[in-house]
Amino acid sequence: MTALTKRLSQLKSGAGGENAGLLVMLAVLVLVFSIASPRFLTGANLGSMGFQMPLLGLLTLAMLAPILSGGLNLAIVYTANICGLTLAWTIMQFGGAEAGIGAFILGGVLAMIVGAIAGAVMGAVVAYVGAHPILVSLAMMIFLRGLGEFLTRGGDISGFPDYMRVLGHGELAGIPVPLILFGLIAFGWHVLLRRTPHGFSVYMTGSNMKATEYAGLNAKRTLVLIYTLSGLLCAIAGILMAARFNSVRVGHGEAMLLITVLACFLGGIDPFGGHGRVAPVILALIILQVLSSGLNLIGANQHLATAVWGLFLIAVMVLRSDQIRQMVNFFSRKDI
Amino acid sequence: MTTASAERFALRLHKVSKAFGGVQALNKVDFEVRAGEVHCLAGENGCGKSTLIKVVTGVHRPESADLIELFGQRIDRITPVQARELGVSVIWQDLALFPHMSVAENIAFDDLVGLRPKSVRYGEMTTRAGKVLERLGVRMELGAPLHSLPIAQRQVVAIARALMNDAKLIFMDEPTASLTQSETDRLLDIVRKLSAQGVAIVFVSHRLAEVLEIAERVTVVRDGNLVGVYPTEGMTQARLGELMTGHHIENDVSARDLPDAPVAFQARGLSRHGEFHDVDLTIKAGEVVGLTGLIGAGRTELAHVMMGMRRADSGDMQLNGAPYRPKSVRAAIEQGMAYVSEDRLSLGLLQKQSIADNTVISVLRKLTSVTGLISESRKADLVRHWIKELGVKIGAPEDPISTLSGGNQQKVVLAKWLATDPKLLILDSPTVGVDVGARAGIFRIVRQLADEGLAILLISDEVTEVMHNSDRILHMADGRIQQEYDPRTISVPQLEERIYA
Repeated sequence: MTALTKRLSQLKSGAGGENAGLLVMLAVLVLVFSIASPRFLTGANLGSMGFQMPLLGLLTLAMLAPILSGGLNLAIVYTANICGLTLAWTIMQFGGAEAGIGAFILGGVLAMIVGAIAGAVMGAVVAYVGAHPILVSLAMMIFLRGLGEFLTRGGDISGFPDYMRVLGHGELAGIPVPLILFGLIAFGWHVLLRRTPHGFSVYMTGSNMKATEYAGLNAKRTLVLIYTLSGLLCAIAGILMAARFNSVRVGHGEAMLLITVLACFLGGIDPFGGHGRVAPVILALIILQVLSSGLNLIGANQHLATAVWGLFLIAVMVLRSDQIRQMVNFFSRKDI
Repeated sequence: MTTASAERFALRLHKVSKAFGGVQALNKVDFEVRAGEVHCLAGENGCGKSTLIKVVTGVHRPESADLIELFGQRIDRITPVQARELGVSVIWQDLALFPHMSVAENIAFDDLVGLRPKSVRYGEMTTRAGKVLERLGVRMELGAPLHSLPIAQRQVVAIARALMNDAKLIFMDEPTASLTQSETDRLLDIVRKLSAQGVAIVFVSHRLAEVLEIAERVTVVRDGNLVGVYPTEGMTQARLGELMTGHHIENDVSARDLPDAPVAFQARGLSRHGEFHDVDLTIKAGEVVGLTGLIGAGRTELAHVMMGMRRADSGDMQLNGAPYRPKSVRAAIEQGMAYVSEDRLSLGLLQKQSIADNTVISVLRKLTSVTGLISESRKADLVRHWIKELGVKIGAPEDPISTLSGGNQQKVVLAKWLATDPKLLILDSPTVGVDVGARAGIFRIVRQLADEGLAILLISDEVTEVMHNSDRILHMADGRIQQEYDPRTISVPQLEERIYA
C-alpha cells in the first residue's frame, strides 16, 4: 500500500515528480505488454516504434512551445504538409526520382523558409494584433489546407529519389535515423526553452504578457520568434513525412494534431501557458507510442488504441487532481 | 432569543481556539461585535483574522469554544448556510463576483440560484437590485456588465449583494486596499450609512488612518492571541501599529536637505495630452521626492512616460545630465530607470512563476555566459544575494511568488529592480496590500537606498506615507504639479486639506 501511494504521490506536478510519475507509468505499461506479447520487447518492435514516434514527436515539440507562450498552434499538420509539398515540387522540378541531392537540399531549405514564414505570420498577428492564438492558427490551418488542396487538386505527389529513404527508413549504428534527428532537435528545444534568455521570455510571456513587458522583456518579439520556430519544426516534420511515406498529400497526418495536444498535457504542460518542460513530454510521447504499439501487438484494433489514449489522458488528469493528492496524502500518513 | 444580549450584540465569541497542523491560528480569542457597530479587526498578515472570520461563517470548525452566539442565538456548530441565513456576510478582497454578468444579476445572484428551478424575472430582479443600491445611496447602471466598472463600484455591488441577503453582520476584508483616497471616503460613507441602518460592520484593514476614522472599537489580534479591545477614541496610529506588531514603529518626518547632491533626473515642460501638462520635476541623487494627489491627477501616467511605456507629446527629460528619451521599457531600464508598479498582482510580478525567476527577469543579460546560455549558478547567486540583502522571507527560491505575503512579494519586486542597478527608482503606491510591520521594513530599505545615493520618486495617495518618507512633497492635481511642500513645515491634516479641498 505505502509503495503504491508513494508512487502515486510522485504523480504530482513539478519537474522531478512529473518525470518520476511518467516513468512509473511507462514501466508498468512495458511490463504489462511484455507479459501479454512475447514480441513486445524485441528489436523489431522497438525499431518500428523508433521509426514511428519521431514524426509525432516533432509535431508535438512544434505544439509545445506555443502552448508554453500562452497560445496554441493548430496549423502544425498543414504547415508540415505545405512544406512537404514545397520539397516535393522542387524535387519534381529537378526530375523527380532522378533528382540529385542538390535538389533535395534546395527543396528542404525552401520548405523550412515556407514553414518559418507561416509561423512568423501567425506570431506577428498574435503579438501585434492581439488576436487569440486559437483563432489565428485555426485561420492559418484553414488557409493552408485550402491552398494545398487547390494546388494539388486533392491528389498526392510521389516518386522521390532513393536517397531520401535514408532519412525516413535508414539506421545509424542500429538507431533509426528519424529517432536520431528527433533526439537532436528535442535536446536543442530543451536548451532553447530552459537555458536561453529567449526561452525564459517564452515562459514569462506565457504566464503574463503585460507584466513581462513591464519588466523590460520584449514579449511581442518573443511570440513572433516562437511561432516562427514552431513553423520551422513543422517544416522538418513535413520533410520527414515525405521521406517516410515517399509521397506528399495535403491532409496527411491530420489525426496527429490533437494527439500532439494530448502529449503536451500528459507531459504536464500547463494548458494556460507558463509552465512545463520538454523531458516529461518526451516521456509522454514514448508512453503513447508504447500503448499504441503494444495494443497493436496483442491484436487490438488501431481505432481502439486511439480510444485507449483518450481514456488514459482522462485517468492521468484524475490522478493529478487535488482530491486524489489529498487522498494519497491521507493514506500515506504514518499514524494509519 | 429575547435576552438583553440579543439586542446589544450581533456576535459574541468566547475563548475560541483553532489550530492547523501544529500552528495555533487562534488561541482562546474573545470577539464581540455590537449590533449596528462599526468594529475593526486589526492585526498583521497571518495573525488569525481570516481564521476568525471563517469560524464565524462556519467555514472552519473551532477545536474549542466557550460560546458562539449570533444575534443572541447560541449556536453549537455553525454551518456556512446557517450563518448566511442568520444574516452573516463576508466580502472578501477578491469580491467573488461574476465579471460577465450585469450589476443587477450580481446583486440578485443568490435569488437566481434557488433550489427549485424557476424562470428569472428580470424586471423584478432589476427593481429589487435598484432598491438595495438606493438604500446605499448609490446610483449605478444596473444593466452594465460588472467588468466594465471600476473596482470601487464593484465593491459597492458586493455590499449590495450582501444586503440583498438581509445581512445584519458584514465582514469586509481589506475593502480599501485597491481604492484611492476619494473612493475610500465614499466607501466609508456607505459603511456609516449601513451602521445607521443597524447593520454591524467588521472592518479588516491595514490602513490604520481609516480604521481610526471609521470604527468605534478595534479588536487587535497578534499571532493568534487576543491583544485587546480598544475604543478608537484617543487611539493613535502609532499606538495601534505597536499593538499589532508588538514593537515600536518609527513614524517621524525624516526629510533631509541635500544641497550638494547632483541632479539625477530632470523633466522640463513634460506634457501628454489629456494626462498631464507642463510638468517640471527635478530629483537629486539620494533624494526621496514624494508625489501625491488624487487618482486621475496624472501621477501614474507621468511615471509611465518616465519609464518609456508611453511617449510624451512635448517637453524633455534628462537622466544624469544626458538627454533621456526612452523608446521602450527596455531602453529605460538600460539607462537606469526602475519602476515598482502600483499593480503588483498583475503588472509588478508574474504570480505563477517562481521567486527566483521573478527576481532575475530584468537582468537576464547579466546571467548569460559567452555561449548565450543562462548560467544557473550565476542566477542562484544573484537570487541568494538579493533575498539576503532585503531580508525576504521565503521557503525555496523555486516556490511560486504567490506563496509569499504582500510585503515579501513587494520586497522581491524591489530586488528585481535593484538588480538592474538603477539610478532612479519610481515607487508607485508601494505599500498597497502590505501590512504595517512589512511597510516599515520596506521604507527602511528605501531610506537606506536613498542614503546610498539612489534617486527615488515615491508616488502615493496615503498622505502620512509621503510625509514620513519624503524629503520634498509635490502635490499633483488635474495633470499639473500644483505646489511643493517641505514635510518639516506642514502637518498631515494641513496637507490633506490642500489635497482634498
